[in-house]
Amino acid sequence: MPMRKVMKCNEAAAWAAKLAKPKVVAAFPITPSTLVPEKISEFIADGEMDAEFIKVESEHSAISACVGASAAGVRAFTATASQGLALMHEVLFIAAGMRLPIVIAIGNRSLSAPINIWNDWQDSISERDTGWMQFYAENNQEALDLILIAFKVAENERVLLPAMVGFDAFILTHTVEPVEIPDQEVVDEFLGEYVPKHAYLDPAKPITQGALGFPAHYMEVRYTVWEAMENARQVIEEVFDEFEKKFGRRYYMIEEYKTDDAEIILLTMGSLAGTLKDFVDKKREEGVKIGAAKMTVYRPFPIEEFRALAKKAKVLAILEKDISFGISGAVFADAGRVLVNEKEKPILLDFIIGLGGRDVTFENLEEVVEISKKALVGEKVEEVNWIGLRKEIL
Amino acid sequence: MELPADVKKRLTLPAEEHFYAGHTACQGCGAALGLRYVLKVYGNKTIFTIPACCSTIIAGPWPYSAFNAPLFHTAFETTGAVIGGIEAALKAKGYKVKGEDGIMVVGWAGDGGTADIGLQALSGFLERGHDGLYIMYDNEAYMNTGIQRSSSTPYGAWTTNTPGGKKHFLERKPKKKVIDIVIAHKPAYAATASVAYPEDFMRKLKKAKTIKGPSFIQLFAPCPTGWRAPTDKTIELARLAVQTAYFPLFEYENGKYKINMPSPSKEPKSLEDFIKLQGRFKYMTKEDIQVLQEWVLSEWEELKKKAEIFG
Amino acid sequence: MAESPFKADIEKVQKEYGEKMTPGAIVYIPGSSVVNKTGGWRVFMPKFDKDKCIRCFMCYTLCPEPAIYLDEESYPVFDYEYCKGCGICANECPTKAIEMVRETK
Ligand code: SF4
Ligand code: SF4
Repeated sequence: MPMRKVMKCNEAAAWAAKLAKPKVVAAFPITPSTLVPEKISEFIADGEMDAEFIKVESEHSAISACVGASAAGVRAFTATASQGLALMHEVLFIAAGMRLPIVIAIGNRSLSAPINIWNDWQDSISERDTGWMQFYAENNQEALDLILIAFKVAENERVLLPAMVGFDAFILTHTVEPVEIPDQEVVDEFLGEYVPKHAYLDPAKPITQGALGFPAHYMEVRYTVWEAMENARQVIEEVFDEFEKKFGRRYYMIEEYKTDDAEIILLTMGSLAGTLKDFVDKKREEGVKIGAAKMTVYRPFPIEEFRALAKKAKVLAILEKDISFGISGAVFADAGRVLVNEKEKPILLDFIIGLGGRDVTFENLEEVVEISKKALVGEKVEEVNWIGLRKEIL
Repeated sequence: MELPADVKKRLTLPAEEHFYAGHTACQGCGAALGLRYVLKVYGNKTIFTIPACCSTIIAGPWPYSAFNAPLFHTAFETTGAVIGGIEAALKAKGYKVKGEDGIMVVGWAGDGGTADIGLQALSGFLERGHDGLYIMYDNEAYMNTGIQRSSSTPYGAWTTNTPGGKKHFLERKPKKKVIDIVIAHKPAYAATASVAYPEDFMRKLKKAKTIKGPSFIQLFAPCPTGWRAPTDKTIELARLAVQTAYFPLFEYENGKYKINMPSPSKEPKSLEDFIKLQGRFKYMTKEDIQVLQEWVLSEWEELKKKAEIFG
Repeated sequence: MAESPFKADIEKVQKEYGEKMTPGAIVYIPGSSVVNKTGGWRVFMPKFDKDKCIRCFMCYTLCPEPAIYLDEESYPVFDYEYCKGCGICANECPTKAIEMVRETK
């Protein structure tokens, strides 16, 4: 019987790791993710988990050790955030290029400067081009589930790409919620053991991994990563189905809420999705035709699902906790690519919100709706809007 | 084929080749020769990790490999961490690491990848006590990027970013003693070796395989291209480096230092013999040579003292 | 060792070698570098005088390619398909049984 426990999201991530049984965990402490490896150490110390835990001297070495372990043919896991993920940057490309299905749990946190330990998604969003799949959790349960799902998708032979699962710093990492912990036997059935067929370092069958790729071959290698990421769409759907059958919880690439007759749809990721649902309920009572959507998978970008969502809206407002300076939020830029050649498309607006742990209030959301309403009646509005800015101190 | 008995006695290195011809090292490359020895001793029961360096090129571009052993290419500064990860994975899988029939996990990185950018990962590897071997092949500069000074470049050397010139802009720092940094971690085993003394090197490789815990070997591997030296002088230079005490051979084990025989037993040879064969030292003045000579002798005295006190 | 230790491998590589891209660009054939005949790099070639040779194996031991193997009587054989002509063997031979001569192509 699945067990219900009240726990922080970091603990839920550690539980997911315990259930997934990685053979190697390599991690370095960083706020707000430290509790993940801490809890894993406890599991190992108590004999509840059997893994080699490498207490590395940096995140760069954490991911490098995971790369070595995964290349040697075992399941590998780590957790980090913010500067830690940024420090891993160069090795993230290597893991994807070598097709090593490592999973990282990320307590999504802002990047310096100024130094700030609170929530936004700048850390993982900035890694969007590395070839890693990206999942974002709305709550602690989703974090646990998505880590299991991430391993399953990553290790699929049609994919063989690493994955990161993000959950908002403090808002989730340090907040206790009831979480259902699936049975180990069912997880074992779901995941199985990781037995790489494409390659692993073993003297019995000497291979060379990561050899220099000349211009005559480099593009083809990168193309195979593109193909794998394309394949991941289908595999993610299949794994979502299987997950539902085994555990009874359903996931969608994009999950919609009251969108059917909505004129304005607010799309976001992570914990903010919960707030949006409450807000939509309130606005519906006031008679506003509004809906919400939560994007659970950011890479591969859910292109078809996004187009289907866009068809329903007159104004599609993207609320995102990241900024790509000189253009817009990253999700907005991606959405542009997805809709650019569509004949019918909604007005697309970008709202930069909640950076560095700034609270997202209903007042902020009202402002989003006001701007969206203006756009709806044909008034000219800014495409990229910073919401909740304290203009008085600027 | 059976070799005649007297011949067999003299042939001290294993006959099998696991480092294959067709590799793309420069002519007379000391590092390539080093790799050949390592693979001869460990055979293909070895998992190699090589960061971005000359050896990336030497091993060959896709779809080629000069290695008849598993080989993993990684980022410049990650060698220590990657071999830690591989070792942990092998242990978790229940494979035997080290020992007579165990798998040898070997990191093979240059002086830049070890003394500079990879120093942190190396320190982590040593401090955590991973059961592997880290070999630093020391050719005293960043050769793969086109001969830039590293912290292992000696005083007075020309490199492309210490180019001599009118202002006499040469390397002005003494060679960093990486081995001393390694020994500060009190590893299971640390040694210096030279491609000119394959028997000594291979003995050390064998020893590293029997000792539990992290081992480190700093292998002196001349680079004719980067040292502006004739390609046929690789071994002669490596030998002179030992005979002049510029690069003495020694071992550190259980807190004890032991100077190995090829190192000078009496007065070391004059450093000039070593210097004059190399174009990289041609800008040195008499005074420069004196500075380097004094450094060599004082380091040598220090090592002898260590061997005396901790012998 | 009467033959080059790489002969068999070259055949294997030539038979199995294909440019077909592998996941993660893995090289599945160990030692596949043998198809790359580095002998073409040579400017000077080692000329061997068997009469002077005392079979000390210095040349065999110190060749970085390796491009020297030993024949039935354990005399060195120079593999000109791979010898890059570095001259280490000639420089280290104690009896001067090897001489580097300019190659005429
Ligand atoms: S010249 Fe160099 S490459 Fe050729 S056989 Fe002699 S040592 Fe080997
Ligand atoms: S080094 Fe000279 S003497 Fe020794 S085996 Fe080679 S050719 Fe013969």
